Amino acid sequence: MMGREDQEILAIDGLVSGYGKMEILHGVSLSVRIGEIIALIGPNGAGKSTVLKASTGLLRVTSGKVTFQGEDITNHLPHQVVEKGLSFNPQGRVIFPDMNVQEHLDMGAWILKDRLKKDESLDRIYRLFPWLMEKRKRKAKQMSGGEQQMLSLARALMIQPKLLLLDEPSLGLSPKWVKTVFEKIIEIKETGIPCLIVEQKAAMVLEYSDYGYVLEMGNNRYEGGGQELLNNPDVRRLYLGG
Amino acid sequence: MARVESILRIEDVVKKFGEVAALDHCSFNIEPGSITGLIGPNGAGKTTLFNLITGVLRPDSGHIYFKGEEITGKKPHEIARKGVGRTYQIIRIFPKMTLLENLIVVGKGKEKRVIERAMELLSLVKLAEKKDDNASELSFGQQKLLSLAQVLMLDAELVLLDEPAAGINPTLQNELMALIHQLNREGKTFIIVEHDMNVIMGHCGSAIALNYGQKIAEGTCSEIQNDECLLEHYFGR
Repeated sequence: MMGREDQEILAIDGLVSGYGKMEILHGVSLSVRIGEIIALIGPNGAGKSTVLKASTGLLRVTSGKVTFQGEDITNHLPHQVVEKGLSFNPQGRVIFPDMNVQEHLDMGAWILKDRLKKDESLDRIYRLFPWLMEKRKRKAKQMSGGEQQMLSLARALMIQPKLLLLDEPSLGLSPKWVKTVFEKIIEIKETGIPCLIVEQKAAMVLEYSDYGYVLEMGNNRYEGGGQELLNNPDVRRLYLGG
Repeated sequence: MARVESILRIEDVVKKFGEVAALDHCSFNIEPGSITGLIGPNGAGKTTLFNLITGVLRPDSGHIYFKGEEITGKKPHEIARKGVGRTYQIIRIFPKMTLLENLIVVGKGKEKRVIERAMELLSLVKLAEKKDDNASELSFGQQKLLSLAQVLMLDAELVLLDEPAAGINPTLQNELMALIHQLNREGKTFIIVEHDMNVIMGHCGSAIALNYGQKIAEGTCSEIQNDECLLEHYFGR
């Protein structure tokens, strides 16, 4: 079997990080390859969101290394990380209630200096999310939870990222919207953008994933193909609810 | 046999935000000792209903009764003291207080007993080891677990849970639902807003479905799951 180093776009190696004096990650390693959807699952407080924040410069890394497209980006500032093409969609639909759809998307493209590139990006997003076009003057607070999550996803795609990090995209959504969001993530993957997804709907995200990692108490616990983890009796019992 | 008095009665409740009717002539009854699921698309009025029951919002018209007594328009703390507890979808905890303090402030009765109960609940939600940490140091999911422990600390007769399973690891979800069943057997009544149909089907005796502020279906879980209108608008099949 080929090592996962082959075609790696993101490599996290021995990551140690936390909040203030509190160390949350005690040496976490994982990788994302081109064309993959990767699931990051585990109990509440395992450090899943911390991995995403430490990789994108939102938290300080005290030891270990983050490599993105072959370049060491450990402790780079968040805006530098975004400029390199690593886009992060945080937990909980981070939208601005009084701003409309178009304004959110413009904001997502703030690093694109070239007007043409911005328009091209907007065209692409409106093709991927056609209903956003019809609602482009609608304020975010007038949209349903599912629509807000999709808007947040669309905004993260405006910079034409090389990799997308998603923190619980299904949170608080109705079954219909959960399905819609995951189908959209597959579509995004098919346009050539790999995704690293933190999710508590663990069984569901593994169904869609090429590979998955299980974290527990800030350490790697299990890893394997999506189906392999789904079929692992220990993983089922400990993390997937039996 | 005398008919069982409803623990909660919602009678023709209307609540508008501007032109939009968040609840549009909504009525239903909740039997004591039941676990009822409240489902419906995002924006159907589920959280608004919780806000009306707990006095956070006042209905434009209609009546709400708790154990036969009208509570329409009463203040949130008055309704809480009568025995209605709730959790919020957006977490409300005290970030600068420790986990234990977060529970103690809600407790009633002798201090020793309050602390014992607080520790029991912290153990149940797997947070006992962190009892002296500030709540702000918890992850999102852990903060939700703390808020669940908080509402159980209140020892209310009727407990309203707003998406208790969302963002909680599935294995822990099962343990929390077992706890809810245990409390239910001890006499508490639960209404659970939840999108996770495994939670609704596996744990609720009956369910009520809302859409556009109106009750569109009510019945046992299997009746609800086969409702054509819901299948289309909610489950997306």
